[in-house]
Amino acid sequence: MSDLNGLTLAEARDKLRAGDVSSVELTKAFLGEIEGAAALNAFVHHTPEIALAQAEAADARIAAGDAPAMCGLPVGIKDLFCTKGVPSQAASRILEGFRPEYESTVTQNLFDAGAVMLGKLNMDEFAMGSSNETSCYGNAVNPWRRGNDDAALTPGGSSGGSAAAVAADLCLAATGTDTGGSIRQPAAFAGITGIKPTYGRCSRWGVVAFASSLDQAGPMTKSVRDAAIMLEAMAGHDPKDSTSADLPVPDFEAMLTGDIRGKVIGVPKEYRMDGMPAEIENLWAEGTEMLRDAGAEIRDISLPHTKYALPTYYVIAPAEASSNLARYDGVRYGHRAALAQGDGITEMYEKTRAEGFGHEVQRRVMVGTYVLSAGFYDAYYNRARKVRTLIKRDFETVFAEGIDAILTPATPSAAFGLGEMSEADPIAMYLNDIFTVTVNLAGLPGIAVPTGTDAQGLPLALQLIGRPWEEGDLLNTAYALEKAAGFVAKPAKWW
Amino acid sequence: MSIDKDTAARVAKLARIRVEEDALPALAEEFNNILTFIEQLGEVDVEGVEPMTSVTPQKLKRRADEVTAGGHPEAVLKNAPDAREGFFAVPKVVE
Repeated sequence: MSDLNGLTLAEARDKLRAGDVSSVELTKAFLGEIEGAAALNAFVHHTPEIALAQAEAADARIAAGDAPAMCGLPVGIKDLFCTKGVPSQAASRILEGFRPEYESTVTQNLFDAGAVMLGKLNMDEFAMGSSNETSCYGNAVNPWRRGNDDAALTPGGSSGGSAAAVAADLCLAATGTDTGGSIRQPAAFAGITGIKPTYGRCSRWGVVAFASSLDQAGPMTKSVRDAAIMLEAMAGHDPKDSTSADLPVPDFEAMLTGDIRGKVIGVPKEYRMDGMPAEIENLWAEGTEMLRDAGAEIRDISLPHTKYALPTYYVIAPAEASSNLARYDGVRYGHRAALAQGDGITEMYEKTRAEGFGHEVQRRVMVGTYVLSAGFYDAYYNRARKVRTLIKRDFETVFAEGIDAILTPATPSAAFGLGEMSEADPIAMYLNDIFTVTVNLAGLPGIAVPTGTDAQGLPLALQLIGRPWEEGDLLNTAYALEKAAGFVAKPAKWW
Repeated sequence: MSIDKDTAARVAKLARIRVEEDALPALAEEFNNILTFIEQLGEVDVEGVEPMTSVTPQKLKRRADEVTAGGHPEAVLKNAPDAREGFFAVPKVVE
């Protein structure tokens, strides 16, 4: 590995601007690293020609003195983002062969800011999963291992490829998306930083839809500063997404002062789950102390509807998925099943969807279909939407009482082994999102910051939850936590 | 609410996903596990609570009712599994 691969986004940017390195050199260093990292299965579609062309263009811009925020910086793109002319299949068989004729707004924003795309990243199929094990490309593998044990661990999900790639220095940063924790949980499992912004901060246009009222894109990076830089480049109003917010995007990086004196941090008692591992409890207590030492006031708070967040999510997300995924019918794009003599259009739909969707996606589509069906709509879907109102109200209440940010664990455990959960009930897997899912239901920004390791040396993270549209303030609190925690561990290279 | 094999078959049909007969009992069992989990929501007092329609309190924007895109039939059909003479092609739907 050259020294270039280990740089943060901010360091690489500064070197490019100073003329210490060119974007082409930087890009080649990453392309070489990706070549040698097949064992991680993080990059699933490689785009070296695009990357080198973008790098040359970026070098020309830098030479001309026109270097926007991401100019010349090589990143990876989650397979959920439509990228023009490049396979974009949401890790699903049903989108095999699909090459969009258009570019998602987020990737276009990144390219306009000068970013270089190295390729597309592995993920759970349609972003449905917490371990990257539902992908049609096979598992992505976490670069971290338990001590000297060579058992393969999950990088989390759904943005597992993004987390593995950033943690293994295969790219400077990556895009992720988060519907119930899909940026924050993999970031936590891989010892990197991941922020899900306020719902509406990033355009969803051109991002393959899972649950439209919950989906948000965000950056997965090596530091809080990098998250600030990349989020600013990704965000912004987009007339093509009617839920995208027509609000100015602040200079997030300029807001990183590290000064959080006088800020009020809430610690919610409902997140102290029965049977919480001592390691997670200690991590949380240590993080609380770090913020207190930095001058914040710590206050115990209550978010009484927390325990209903996961069941609410498992009504709303499948309901929206069943509707969104109705478009995969074998007519307009992707896979169509081979038909038997006499098969009509219904057989075409049914066979195409049975062949094209994996087991977890089928299960969620059918659960969604059931909760939306006549006679159950009120009992399940409408009730869940009412509980969602109450969950959001819990947050509004504490923010109105002066809380600036909320500190919680990011995940209930460190990364687990690939295959370890295969015999478990799907609900056991769903519990991975127990600390993150409330944030999506309430539309709030949330960030995972690595702050420690478990007894086996695996990274552990805390989550900070902020007020809507105040990502700048949230990033600054995360920056203070990052500085205090001083997490610098890297996985030992075995791949 | 307990889901039996027939209900599972009906849901699969509604979702347009072919499920083989012998896979239905296991599917019904999975549905039941998930629904049991979801049924906790019955404990919550939601009297007088509005169901959420939008997580951010903002008015949906309107735009002028005019054509903003179009005229790209090749691009639209480019990814179709079967396209003929400027149309998506599907199995016969009328006798």
